[in-house]
Amino acid sequence: MTTFCDRCGEQAAEGDHTACASARELEPPRFCPQCRRRMKVQVVPTGWTATCVEHGTRSS
Amino acid sequence: MSEILDRARAQVLSTGRGLDEASILEVLQTPDEDLPELLQLAHDVRMKWCGPEVEVEGIVSLKTGGCPEDCHFCSQSGLFASPVRSIWLDIPSLVEAARQTAATGATEFCIVAAVRGPDKRLMDQMREGVKAIKAAVDIQVAASLGMLTQEQVDELVEMGVHRYNHNLETCESFFPNVVTTHTWDERWGTLKMVRDSGMEVCCGGILGLGETIEQRAEFAAQLAELDPHEVPMNFLNPRPGTPLGDQPVVEGKDALRAIAAFRLAMPKTILRYAGGREITLGDLGTRDGLLGGINAVIVGNYLTTLGRPATDDLALLEDLKMPVKALSATL
Repeated sequence: MTTFCDRCGEQAAEGDHTACASARELEPPRFCPQCRRRMKVQVVPTGWTATCVEHGTRSS
Repeated sequence: MSEILDRARAQVLSTGRGLDEASILEVLQTPDEDLPELLQLAHDVRMKWCGPEVEVEGIVSLKTGGCPEDCHFCSQSGLFASPVRSIWLDIPSLVEAARQTAATGATEFCIVAAVRGPDKRLMDQMREGVKAIKAAVDIQVAASLGMLTQEQVDELVEMGVHRYNHNLETCESFFPNVVTTHTWDERWGTLKMVRDSGMEVCCGGILGLGETIEQRAEFAAQLAELDPHEVPMNFLNPRPGTPLGDQPVVEGKDALRAIAAFRLAMPKTILRYAGGREITLGDLGTRDGLLGGINAVIVGNYLTTLGRPATDDLALLEDLKMPVKALSATL
């Protein structure tokens, strides 16, 4: 379920997130798309992991 | 060819002596129509004084976010409303990152922490991490942990850290516009201690912070005075929530002029592509820079943002017939 933009944390269905989607090509997610909590994100040379305290870990 | 390029060819290419600040400024003002000749000259200088090899490096953040400093470009400062949260990398993951970096052919692995300077916890983590990497991976270990005390410099040498990164970030005259929680001189002091310790000095900065062309020339001249082994060239990637979050990205041609100018200021240094090149230069510009003075790259991701896949850069180097520097050549 994607409710929030994982780059800016705003409602995904509101406003224009085209710039966020473009930026995300060179950025990991920062906000949980389910609850908009800021995630703990670890970037390594070959990938990333992003952890929401409520909704678990996603990775590249 | 313009008069400045004639002079640069006679001085830098022939003698290996870098340009002074006034001449660097002239290079930075090279008109568009002369840019191809400027890049060719910078490439010729690089090939003559450094050779065709390219040094490949990976970097990783050991401690991310929560930094007490206010570097206005940085998403890891705890003083700004950045979405980056604090997190530590565990030792097994650090070793795995080093292993994956080495698998790309990289000879350098730089461990970075977002701190003013290391505390005991960070130094202990470094000691354990460097030891574990050296036991498991054939790669040179570098570090970037902010400002150091003499005791910490000595500890890093004893651990086997062979190169230390501490960027001046920008020229002395513009630094107070970018950082207010410490001074340019404090950074210079750490660099002097690192130099005196025998560790290799890695020192560069970020272009596009709002500095003038004159200040860009000032910065190149100050770096040349420091004479570091390596100069990482970053281009600002404006980060949301930072004071420079709305700063415009450096124009591609200006970035290429800067690369060439820095090469002509420092003909023998390792001049490395670092963060921001993807958005400033794109694929074509990345190639142009490698043919305009660059002789080292950070491959893969950066500390909080993502880079081109390492395979893309390695394929480009193969296409350009630029061999990756072997580990044996760095020992």
